[in-house]
Amino acid sequence: MSRLSREDMARRVAQDIPEGAYVNLGIGLPTLVANYLPRDREILLQSENGLLGMGPAPPKGQEDGDLINAGKQPVTLLTGGCYFHQADSFAMMRGGHIDICVLGAFQVSTRGDLANWHTGEPDAIPAVGGAMDLAIGAKQTFVMMELLTKQGASKLVETCTFPLTGLACVSRIYTDVAVFALGAGGARVVEIAGGLSFEALADMARVPLIDARASLRETGA
Amino acid sequence: MIDKTAASAEAAVADIFEGASIMIGGFGLAGMPSRLIDALIARGAGGLTIINNNAGNGETGLAALIKAGRVRKIICSFPRQTDSHHFDARYRAGEIELELAPQGNLAARIQAAGAGLGAIFTPTGNGTLLAEGKETREIAGRQYVLEYPIRADFALIKAHKGDRWGNLTYRKSARNFGPIMAMAATCTIAEVSEIVPLGALDPEIVVTPGIFVQRIVAVGGVQRDDA
Repeated sequence: MSRLSREDMARRVAQDIPEGAYVNLGIGLPTLVANYLPRDREILLQSENGLLGMGPAPPKGQEDGDLINAGKQPVTLLTGGCYFHQADSFAMMRGGHIDICVLGAFQVSTRGDLANWHTGEPDAIPAVGGAMDLAIGAKQTFVMMELLTKQGASKLVETCTFPLTGLACVSRIYTDVAVFALGAGGARVVEIAGGLSFEALADMARVPLIDARASLRETGA
Repeated sequence: MIDKTAASAEAAVADIFEGASIMIGGFGLAGMPSRLIDALIARGAGGLTIINNNAGNGETGLAALIKAGRVRKIICSFPRQTDSHHFDARYRAGEIELELAPQGNLAARIQAAGAGLGAIFTPTGNGTLLAEGKETREIAGRQYVLEYPIRADFALIKAHKGDRWGNLTYRKSARNFGPIMAMAATCTIAEVSEIVPLGALDPEIVVTPGIFVQRIVAVGGVQRDDA
C-alpha cells in the first residue's frame, strides 16, 4: 500500500480548488497547497492578516517586513491584489465570502466537528488565531491531515476528545490514504489511495464509513 | 488651528498612567509601533492591560514591554509562537493574565467598541471552550455567542503617512488592526513614517479619518504645511 506524501496530499487538495475560488490556506501543511494550484486557474489566496491575492515568497533580499502572511513569513502581492484591515478580513470569513479554507487538524469527527487549536494539556499555552473564524465562516472547510497519529490512533473519530474549534464545519478531509466527505449522514469515502482496500481503510479509521466511491465519482460531488 | 502633531514619542505617551488599558497595533512585527512602545517603556507605567493580536515577538516592541514587567494582562488571539519567550516565561510564572479571543471576535469586539455598539452576537467559537459560560442565542436557525466590545484608554498604532489633522494611510499588511483600534480608544496615538502637509494625502485613499486620532508622531520627519 502506498501512502501519499505531504506534497501529494497538497497536489490532491489543489485539484479540487476551482477556477475563481477565494481560498484561505491555514498555517503548516495546508500552506503547501499553494505550490500545486493549477496555473491555468485564477485562484485568489486570502491571508487573515489582510491580503487578498497573496503571491509566493519574494526573492532573497526583496523581503518587506510590512508584507507578510499569517505565518509571519515574507510574501508578495499579485497584480490585482489588495490590502484591508482585520475587521474586513474576518468579515470575509464569517460573512461566507471565502469559498474554501484548508486547515490542519488534531481530530475531526465523522459529523464534521473540528479540533485543531489546543491540545488541552494543562501546561500548554493556548493560541487560537483565526482558526475558529475560518472553520465556521468559509463556505467549505477542508481538512488536510495524516489519517493516523504517530502512535497509530485514527484522527477521524466519532467524538473529538481534544477541545473543539467548531461544530459540524468540515466538509472534506484529505488524508494520506483516503479522501472523506463528511456530513450529518456520517463519513463517506470518496477515494482511496492506491493498493488499499475499503476494509483495510475501515480498520485503520476505526469509525463507521460509507463506501461512496462510485456515486461521488459519478456526480463529481 | 488643529495640530495633533506631538513633539516626540516620549511627549505623546507622557500621560499613559499606571493600570491603563492599551491597544497596540500590529500582527507580529508588521504594524507594531515600536518607537511608541520604547517611549512607553521609558515612561515606566506598569500594571497595563494590553490588547494585541499576539503577545510579543523576539526582543522588540511588545516583547520588550513584557520583558520589562509592565504588563498585567493580555487580551489576544495568538500568544504562543516560536519567538514569544518573554510572554511564555511571565505566563508560566503566573505574572500575566491571558484572555484568549478568536482573532475575528477580537477584531469585531474592537470594531464594536469604536462603533458604539453594546455587544455583538458572533457565530465564531460557538460550542467551544472559548464560549463557555457565555450567553448564546439562536438567530435564523444558527447559534451565536454574545461577546462584549473591547475599548481601551489608549491605542498605539503604526501608520504610513499622516497629516496634522490625524488622517492616516497605511502600508501593505501593516494596516491590520490599526484602523479599528484607532476607533476604539479614548486617546489614539499614531506613529507614522512621515507627517505630510494638509492636503497632500489624496482624500480617496485616507484609511483612518483624523477624527479617530488624537496624537501623531513622525518617526521619519515632518513637512510643515508651509514647507
